Amino acid sequence: MTRVGDLAHARAGDKGRTVNVSAVAWNAAGYARLERELTEARVAAAFTAVADGPVRRYALPRLLALNFVIDNLRGGGVTRTLAQDLHGKSLSSLLLAIPLPGNREEDGAFSRPGPEPRG
Amino acid sequence: MKKSLRIGSGAGFAGDRWEPAVELAERGEVDYLAFECLAERTIARETLAMRRGKHDGISPRLEERLRAVLPACVGRGVRVVSNMGAANPLAAGRRAAALAAEAGFADPRCAVLLGDDVSDLVATRGGLRSLETGEPLEAVLPRMAAANAYLGADAVRDALATGAPVTMTGRVADPSLFVGPMLHEFGWSYDDYGRLGQATAAGHLLECAGQLTGGYFADAGAKDVPGLARLGFPYADIDADGSFAVGKTAGSGGRIDARTCTEQLLYEMHDPAAYVTPDCVLDATAVAFEETGPDRVRVSGARARPRTDSYKVSVGYFDGYAGEGQISYGGPGAVARARLAAEVVAERLRLRGFSYDEWRVDLIGLDSLHGPGEGRPDPWETRLRLCGRCGDRRTAEAVGWEVETLLTNGPQGGAGDSKSVREILAVQSVLLPRALVKTRVEAVSP
Repeated sequence: MTRVGDLAHARAGDKGRTVNVSAVAWNAAGYARLERELTEARVAAAFTAVADGPVRRYALPRLLALNFVIDNLRGGGVTRTLAQDLHGKSLSSLLLAIPLPGNREEDGAFSRPGPEPRG
Repeated sequence: MKKSLRIGSGAGFAGDRWEPAVELAERGEVDYLAFECLAERTIARETLAMRRGKHDGISPRLEERLRAVLPACVGRGVRVVSNMGAANPLAAGRRAAALAAEAGFADPRCAVLLGDDVSDLVATRGGLRSLETGEPLEAVLPRMAAANAYLGADAVRDALATGAPVTMTGRVADPSLFVGPMLHEFGWSYDDYGRLGQATAAGHLLECAGQLTGGYFADAGAKDVPGLARLGFPYADIDADGSFAVGKTAGSGGRIDARTCTEQLLYEMHDPAAYVTPDCVLDATAVAFEETGPDRVRVSGARARPRTDSYKVSVGYFDGYAGEGQISYGGPGAVARARLAAEVVAERLRLRGFSYDEWRVDLIGLDSLHGPGEGRPDPWETRLRLCGRCGDRRTAEAVGWEVETLLTNGPQGGAGDSKSVREILAVQSVLLPRALVKTRVEAVSP
């Protein structure tokens, strides 16, 4: 099974009731696949338990990066939420766990990314 | 005028470590150290503490931080800029000047930037709407604790013009703490958007300190950071034409490369073509990172459009209490026992007549960070966390108490209970026309 985390690394940052999560591809091929398959709808579906959305996507092809802006975090966002993760800082891991289409059934459900590609 | 300038990042939040800042001052050959220590709602928290006579409203670790750092700045000509003034920049300035004298500065003054406190304006202006909710601000005004405008680099420059070794501010936009020294040293026009774009990109990359050098980055076995325990903080080498490279203290832990830079460039950024600061509207879509050596990255392509005609203002207000209790369960059936415990506590609180505006049940180990999800195996152990929002402290305290009573009145094997109550300080933002906000600089001596 290919997950976003096999193709990219990620960072989450918060502002008020909105969180942004970047996905930075390891290489151009990975970026091309993410650009095709990691749509706003796919990210919104993965985040339904933590945010009402909408989700907006910004592409930065020069940096091989996609930036997702996810609105309306549950509980009112960083300054008034009752959540343990006030800032949504753990949400990069949720993005990296998103499975991409075209996976085979025999692929494991909880595969972990291998070591960082070098060079 | 200087031809180039090295500005180090000494802190990325109020609770940050200071050893890397001392290291930058001692061995990093920096001209400036800027310390960003003021998160969104910190000012409201400090304002309330000040009103209640608990302390003087300055950043809680100012004393320890400056006591550690200033002795390393003396004799090396390192100037310090920080928003550790929080809710009371003047008091912070007096403390800083005293600490500068203690550290041995020949001219131990502190330049204090004032004018970010716009609570009177916000309270009386009327017609302001929350940027987050679109609702009129009137609803929260009676509960307002503080309102502060994000000041820009022009105001920081004015403070630096005093020549004082330390500059203390309240609310200033994070990147502007770094752009201010560039304006001051290079004599740039405040309308030179070519340079302001690059300068703001530099400030944005530096503002979270260790987040540029491998902090908030490591994924053990997949994305490793060497020497994370000795994580060094970053600096930028800026030339008078606005070109710059970032690096970190030689021999420190961490890593700085195109990957760490890309993650940090997009940190807390929404539309990368329109990152609004008080100084400009940054367009980061053409930014490029070039690794020019070990732990050294050249940054180019940041552009900017003219600044907007308003300041963003954070309005902090009291929004009730959060009462919390936690208890752990382990072994087979742990999750089912935790769920039973959650039901029991909710029913007992209801029977006692307590009610909550919002009620949250987390099973730590299962769903507390990312919510429920399919196909996740039950963990061996779980920690139940119950949290309720309400208007009064007694109702908030009842949550933790009823979790505590589970020890002898709840499911089998409950262990390690804890409880807490906190006051909720929420924040909403509004825009104020620039012309209404007047800044001034006061140089204080010990």
